[in-house]
Amino acid sequence: MSALRPYLPVIGLGVLLALAPLFVTSNVALNFLVFTLIIALAAQGWNLLGGFGGQFSFGHAAFFGVGAYVSAIWQMSLGLDAWTGFVAGTLAGAVTGLTIGFLAFRAGLRGSYFALVTLAFAEVFRVLSNSSEATGGAAGLLLPLRIGAQNLQFADRSTFLAFVVALTILVLLLVQWIRGSRFGAQLVALRENEEAARALGVDVFAVKLKAIGLSGAITAAAGVLYLQYFLFIDSNIVFGTWISVEVLLAAIVGGLGTVLGPVVGALALHGLGELVKHLAGDLPGIDLAVYGAVLVVAVAFLPGGLVGLFRRKPAPRQVRKTAPEGGRV
Amino acid sequence: MYSPDIIIEALLNGLLTGAIYALVALGLTLVYGVLHIINFAHGALLAAAMFAVLLINQLFGVDPYVQIPFLTVIFFAVGYGLQRLIIGPASHGRDENILLVTLGLSIVIENLLLAGFGSDTRSLNTDYSFNVYEVGPYLLSQVRVFGAAGALVTAALLWLFLSRSDTGKAIRAVAREKIGASLQGIDVAHVYAVTFGLGCACLAVAACLLLPTFYVNPKIGSAFVLVAFTIVVLGGMGSIVGAMLGGLIIGVVESMSGLFLGESLGQIGIFVIFILTLLLRPTGLFGAKA
Repeated sequence: MSALRPYLPVIGLGVLLALAPLFVTSNVALNFLVFTLIIALAAQGWNLLGGFGGQFSFGHAAFFGVGAYVSAIWQMSLGLDAWTGFVAGTLAGAVTGLTIGFLAFRAGLRGSYFALVTLAFAEVFRVLSNSSEATGGAAGLLLPLRIGAQNLQFADRSTFLAFVVALTILVLLLVQWIRGSRFGAQLVALRENEEAARALGVDVFAVKLKAIGLSGAITAAAGVLYLQYFLFIDSNIVFGTWISVEVLLAAIVGGLGTVLGPVVGALALHGLGELVKHLAGDLPGIDLAVYGAVLVVAVAFLPGGLVGLFRRKPAPRQVRKTAPEGGRV
Repeated sequence: MYSPDIIIEALLNGLLTGAIYALVALGLTLVYGVLHIINFAHGALLAAAMFAVLLINQLFGVDPYVQIPFLTVIFFAVGYGLQRLIIGPASHGRDENILLVTLGLSIVIENLLLAGFGSDTRSLNTDYSFNVYEVGPYLLSQVRVFGAAGALVTAALLWLFLSRSDTGKAIRAVAREKIGASLQGIDVAHVYAVTFGLGCACLAVAACLLLPTFYVNPKIGSAFVLVAFTIVVLGGMGSIVGAMLGGLIIGVVESMSGLFLGESLGQIGIFVIFILTLLLRPTGLFGAKA
């Protein structure tokens, strides 16, 4: 039983989400839940690399878009089926992650530099997919409507929601397991102090690579879900800066390096966004402006995110270095 | 094949545009050099400055060039306030927090502009917008030549300020050694804010110089900011000479790849340079140790 204990919060959240379709029946609310959970899943990918590993990517749209485009091309140009397309998209995300990670980490990029290079990769993908024939150019790709479980398209939204919930919970369990594993400990170690981790024998490069590969796969899976749900993608949607921002926002607001953080963060943010849209009417961009403000406030006042608020004990703060004699630095 | 005349004209135009890019990058590199962080709000602040120029022009009919001294002061104050009141306190002195706070600010500014002005692309027409200089066989747009000249003058003034004035010396001292500078009695928080203010002032000048030729919409910042990042990385983070030279190089690269690859793929040239520099030589052409 004690081995299962760390998994209880995830299972609890899973039960809650699984029951949601019983209470939520309006299409608007179902839409909201599906879309929010897709973002939460993508954010969990970001969280693995950024929250646990401390490598802040500003370009996770690269993985989201690769997943969506690979699966779309798999089905439309190659005529293959949606489930293998799901796997192919996810794997393509992993490969993209490993490639970007190999280049960036081998060059020793961290902090601002890593953020910039990931951003640049996402932009390159956006520009390329916007002008290439294979990706439908600026017009994007419209996945033909073929309802049926074998095509990963469902007649009603609540079935799709159930699928997304199942996948989200699966990934949360995986992340919870990683957290307790040796790999998870190494990841946190290099976040806290890379030199110290290396000195203790952690293969920093390999750990980072593993993290970005997994991270890319999870975010790409979310991209495939986006495609299967909305049946339309274009370069500015799936490779757009908005998705890179949303995933990091959800993870940070929810709680960096926590298992439930991305889901809590995505739900809170999108809930807030809807509320603001409701209050402010049709002002374009007002919900995003609020997101930006929330990011600043979260960084300033919520170091543990929303999940941190509910911790019994506050997370241990960084060890304070003793002030030099005679006062302030 | 293109005739040499077309290529040379593209080269000259690239240099003219590049000078203004350099000015935008100058603000970014200055902030990086001193605070050691990348200001992600730089592009959004440029968009805000451009809308300010447009608005003042439409309300009071003031020519963009006449607005330069006034708007520079305003944006210096804006930058000073942002760093002193928001970025500094909110980030608790941790680099990754500063990164996130400036990202948050950029989202706020960009979307407030969107809410206030709508997503329409606007431009400002002056009666001299379409004047050209004939230089031999080449036609150079007058406002672009003004823009490049203005950018170079601003860079020179900034360089003089940093190398001669007391505040400039304090800024350089903080950039070199923060703790040492504070032991000498320099108010580091003040210097940070002044630096941020100077970065924003560069943007105000750039906005005034850009507007007679350039269109503006709330998303314009992201177009510029990636170009500016590229220039800063290429020139070496924190290097003023690097930013100027990097700006000119990027201006030429953009106009050349636009000529040979077409408008939509033209941007790729810049990103490729960006990624290659980051991966192969993150210190850039003139940068100190990263």
